[in-house]
Amino acid sequence: MFTDDAGKGGIAAGGPGNSAESNRRTGGDLVQLITPGGERVSNPEFDSWVQDVSDEQLASLYEDMVAIRRIDAEATALQRQGELALWPPLLGQEASQIGSARALRDDDFVFPSYRDNGVAYVRGVQPADIVKAWRGNALAGWDPYTVNVATQQIIIGAQSLHATGYAMGIQNDGADSVAVAYFGDGATSEGDVNEAMVFAASFQAPVVFICQNNHWAISEPVMLQSHIQIADRASGFGIPSMRVDGNDVLAVMAATRIAVDRARRGGGPTFIEAVTYRMGPHTTADDPTRYRDANELEDWAAKDPIERLRTLLERKGLLTGELEAAVAAHADAVAKELRAGTINMAEPQPLDIFKHVYSTPNSTLDRQQDHYTRYLASFGDPAEAASEEGAR
Amino acid sequence: MTQMTFARAINSGLRKSLENDPKVILMGEDIGTLGGVFRVTDGLQKDFGKHRVVDTPLAESGILGTAVGLAYRGYRPVVEIQFDGFIYPAFDQIVSQVAKMHYRTQGAVKMPITIRVPFGGGIGSPEHHSESPEAYFTHTSGLRVISVSNPQDAHTMIQQAIASDDPVLYFEPKRRYHDKGEVDETLDLSAALSMEKARVVTEGTDVTLVAYGPLVKTARDAALAAADEGVSIEVIDLRSLAPLDFATLEASVRKTGRLVITHEASQTGGLGAEVAAGITERCFYHLEAAPVRVTGFDVPYPYSKLEMHHLPGLDRILDGVDRALGRPNSLSGLEG
Ligand SMILES: Cc1ncc(C[n+]2csc(CCOP(=O)(O)OP(=O)(O)O)c2C)c(N)n1
Repeated sequence: MFTDDAGKGGIAAGGPGNSAESNRRTGGDLVQLITPGGERVSNPEFDSWVQDVSDEQLASLYEDMVAIRRIDAEATALQRQGELALWPPLLGQEASQIGSARALRDDDFVFPSYRDNGVAYVRGVQPADIVKAWRGNALAGWDPYTVNVATQQIIIGAQSLHATGYAMGIQNDGADSVAVAYFGDGATSEGDVNEAMVFAASFQAPVVFICQNNHWAISEPVMLQSHIQIADRASGFGIPSMRVDGNDVLAVMAATRIAVDRARRGGGPTFIEAVTYRMGPHTTADDPTRYRDANELEDWAAKDPIERLRTLLERKGLLTGELEAAVAAHADAVAKELRAGTINMAEPQPLDIFKHVYSTPNSTLDRQQDHYTRYLASFGDPAEAASEEGAR
Repeated sequence: MTQMTFARAINSGLRKSLENDPKVILMGEDIGTLGGVFRVTDGLQKDFGKHRVVDTPLAESGILGTAVGLAYRGYRPVVEIQFDGFIYPAFDQIVSQVAKMHYRTQGAVKMPITIRVPFGGGIGSPEHHSESPEAYFTHTSGLRVISVSNPQDAHTMIQQAIASDDPVLYFEPKRRYHDKGEVDETLDLSAALSMEKARVVTEGTDVTLVAYGPLVKTARDAALAAADEGVSIEVIDLRSLAPLDFATLEASVRKTGRLVITHEASQTGGLGAEVAAGITERCFYHLEAAPVRVTGFDVPYPYSKLEMHHLPGLDRILDGVDRALGRPNSLSGLEG
């Protein structure tokens, strides 16, 4: 069963050089509407789905992508300055997130992972709310019902089941909205994602699964999670799938529109694999140089999603100085808002720890709260007591 | 004797187990190339190969379920669960399969699986990264549950756990990973304290203070602080959470007459309740006061800005000690 040589069929299989990997790398079936060189190429099946995207809309997709890259950079800086405990950058995944999120309606409901902050941004989550949990000021930065976005999920893949259940609810209600689950390539190994696909297919639920294959799950390459292209897994569950260039905002948008349209019309679930790349570390606590090759990063930098759209805008003569200035001003404003919102965020109070555990009174917890209140009071100044209390 | 960090001490113990027994196999997410998110398995894949130190797909039920199969086949899997909060997808395999296989097969099939779990809080992490799930497992028969509190124990007890024919949950206090201590790497397993035994950390006469894992250090610091006030605390490190070493606890409480138990986990149904009940049964007439628990609250592990309120700290422990001693404390004047 075990061989010393990775990739020869032992449990260490999936190392470099196996054929499944090279299949994945060639990616002949990858839907692309904008080449890495910024050239608009036609695709008879997908073109019609983005035909209506006007020049202004193209520019605003660009503006969104620049803005979330800026949020990412600002949040990373805030983390370095000790204002955030941790941050998971989405650098490189802007097209996947903006392209898909902009294809949704307000009444659609999104179930994201911790990395899908660009999606949250598009849905209207305030910049400081995006980082609230990473600052340690809350477990969730926003009320899901105000923006139709569930809070950032950390348990890998759990949200795919939530999305499917939500979609079953939509179906029961006879509504035509759609639930969308976002997750990574690593997540597709978890039972939850596979069970979500079983439920979605069985009930033909109006759910769209968007897997951002960013090639890495912390230190583990995608080859370790799947021996076939991830999009191909869905067919085994009876779910149609598409594999798109995740660094191509138009391709992602077209694919999402196709999937959402199918779901609205009662056509059931769709699985989208957006092939992209995490250019930064897994989180600000991670050191990717320990596990990945610098050349790989360089290759992907050449496919940068923002640069690609920028070149397209340039080719179309849309990249005016005015547009560049407006986009930069917008990104600056968003970053400023993020920074100010973070630094001025209200600090939680000690007794907040007991809030919202239950929706009705709980005698055990009430007693604990009473005792802790007395404990804090025994110090005179509760704030002082708290700072001395705890992790030492 | 060598000075080393907690994390390094476990690494060295794992290395020895890999060297001594070809059936030992390490499995987990990111444990190979990266050496684990806490670097506890650093360098082991390089030295022992990908078939002995296995980066697994991202699937905790899969990791434990395949470990069951490997154990069936005669292997001794050592599984890393990346963080406490990620053990739940594997819960079913642990409590329904790993724990019961020996009993189910009347001893025919052994499950010598070690499940390493970095646990506990105090490091400012996001949700699901600071939990204390040990009581779920102490409640399940068939599992041994241990928690280490210092580098020497970390080093020897990982080897004892791996050598055990029973499944062992091995809880590593993540906020102590970088703490340093003396480690005798040549210490023979048979010469080391059995992993079933509790350890008296500091001797005392007034109160018995029971802790395990991350809070042993805090409890020891509390004993030092109390000594300045003339209170003599005997600190006991449980080491084994299942089974509990009541003999050591009993001997201490018979001497001191007072018992305080502290843990990070929530109070209800926690280890403190088991220790208190077990000691009350055994030493009722030796107790001068009701046992006192100083624990995390019955709340989900809070966001990091509030975790210092949830975690028992030195002052909260000393307040509990005052309660056990009937000295003025935050609850003075209250009944029950
Ligand atoms: C159930 C569970 N197991 C392990 C982890 C630890 N963990 C956090 S992110 C991650 C990698 C996820 O990779 P992927 O699904 O590809 O998403 P990406 O981070 O690349 O966006 C791991 C192992 C977790 N959060 N949840």
